[in-house]
Amino acid sequence: MSAAVAELRRETGAGRNLFAQQEANRKASRRLVAGFVLFLAWLGFGGDFIWYLASRDGATGTGVHIFPGVGILLTAIAGAMTWFAFRFGPVSLIKGTGAREIETPSTENEQRLVNVVEEMAIAAGTRKPHIWLVPEAAPNAFATGIEAENAHIAVTEGLLETCNREELQAVVAHEMGHIVNLDVKLMTLLTALVGAVAVVHNSAFRVMRFGSGGRGRSRSNNKGSGAGGVLVIVLLVVWIISWLIAPLVTRYMAMKVGRSREFLADAMSAQFTRNPAALAEALTKIGASTVKPTAIPKSSAQLCIADPFHSAWDERKGKFADLMATHPPLSDRVGRLREMAYQGAAAGEILHNPLIMSEA
Amino acid sequence: MLTVILLVLAVGFVLFAIGAYNRLVSLRNQVANAWKQIDVQLKRRHDLIPNLINTVKGAMNFERETLEAVVAARNQAIAVAKTGDVAATGAAEAHLTGALSRLLAVVEAYPDLKATGNVAQLQEELTATENKIGFSRQLYNDTATQYNTAQQTFPTMLFAGMAGATPASLWEITDELERAVPQVDLTLGPTTTK
Repeated sequence: MSAAVAELRRETGAGRNLFAQQEANRKASRRLVAGFVLFLAWLGFGGDFIWYLASRDGATGTGVHIFPGVGILLTAIAGAMTWFAFRFGPVSLIKGTGAREIETPSTENEQRLVNVVEEMAIAAGTRKPHIWLVPEAAPNAFATGIEAENAHIAVTEGLLETCNREELQAVVAHEMGHIVNLDVKLMTLLTALVGAVAVVHNSAFRVMRFGSGGRGRSRSNNKGSGAGGVLVIVLLVVWIISWLIAPLVTRYMAMKVGRSREFLADAMSAQFTRNPAALAEALTKIGASTVKPTAIPKSSAQLCIADPFHSAWDERKGKFADLMATHPPLSDRVGRLREMAYQGAAAGEILHNPLIMSEA
Repeated sequence: MLTVILLVLAVGFVLFAIGAYNRLVSLRNQVANAWKQIDVQLKRRHDLIPNLINTVKGAMNFERETLEAVVAARNQAIAVAKTGDVAATGAAEAHLTGALSRLLAVVEAYPDLKATGNVAQLQEELTATENKIGFSRQLYNDTATQYNTAQQTFPTMLFAGMAGATPASLWEITDELERAVPQVDLTLGPTTTK
């Protein structure tokens, strides 16, 4: 096992029981979110601080920069984008898939779905979410909604056909885990922040390409006012490099948070159903499905229980996959669920042999 | 300088105490709510049974005894619930669970029967009803465990007395009847279906 995988396992608590895994996952995402916020603060208010240092030394030739305008501007852009995403995101997303809300179930399958959702709402101790059926042959499910009290669970017709009652229950419990953990809120927030960074990054570099001629020279005349000046230049270089790589770094961090929330939702499913093996079975079935999704847009792949597009990144590990994968490798998730079920498989392996599985 | 440090420490301590106190109170309310949820689900089961039995009466004529046992257990449970005796209610509900699981086992034992629409529906409703009761008990036990752990672990334990927190008892199986796996007699096949 590579060092990176060992690291991931340690971070997300693989190889332990479900409550220990939940705790480890919560810690991991708290650390990641804190890192995300600090990085954003550096991009915004860090710039103001460097400007303040430079203007104090008289390097800018203007008055001392005290009002942290850069930081406030970035915060305002991020705030506006977040508000917009919170206000209009979740429901338009469901409507976009052509889903139909089930209010009074009309078929046996629908009745079963409604019952299972009600059961899991009880197990999670939360209000019953709105239930939607997506006309989609590929088996999948997703949850959305900013508040736990007003959440939505959408399930594809393919999932109802593919899964038995226990597996359906496990999938719904995974989505219920996202709901009670407020993962939709967290991921919508992070996506909006990544978007804000990208917007600022793009417009700033467009402006710079236009005006790089004259300004570079005038700045070089003023620099070199002793040790303070060196510090300012070093900080400035680091800050500019930070902005250059900011879109990549923020995306990487958001993806990492998203993956740790997936592990957490798996562990929540195990807590609600006390049947982690059923989710392992369901994930295996969803992963084995070759039906191409038509209703679910690619942009909402990160909300689904497993990447509906089976993008190659989700099955790989390493730096590049870290940037692209919306979900942890399926084999890794199944392995951990089997561990919770005391089925004795090491994480990262799926045991197909029923004799081995029944040992433990 | 020393006063500032002491002041910061004091403020920190007070904030922490408020947090711990509120956490204990909130957990206590969650435990009470989870307990009530079990009642809600038991009540729902009482209301559901007459309808369920009526819809399958015809198809399951040969299992009249099983059906009658369910109805009797249900009426008994309602009667006991009115007295408010917790221990007796528990026993009566356990008895009803036993009767229902025998009915479910019977339904599952006869594949022919499942082909009848009403019976498949009955099976689904029975499973859901029993699951709902089971999950509401699971939620109660999980919440009660959280509450008890908060009372017994440092540092929240320091404020347990102040918040009036007492250990919540976990729900457990008291009736041996319910612990036992339901038995189905398969020697007599269904001869009078439809």
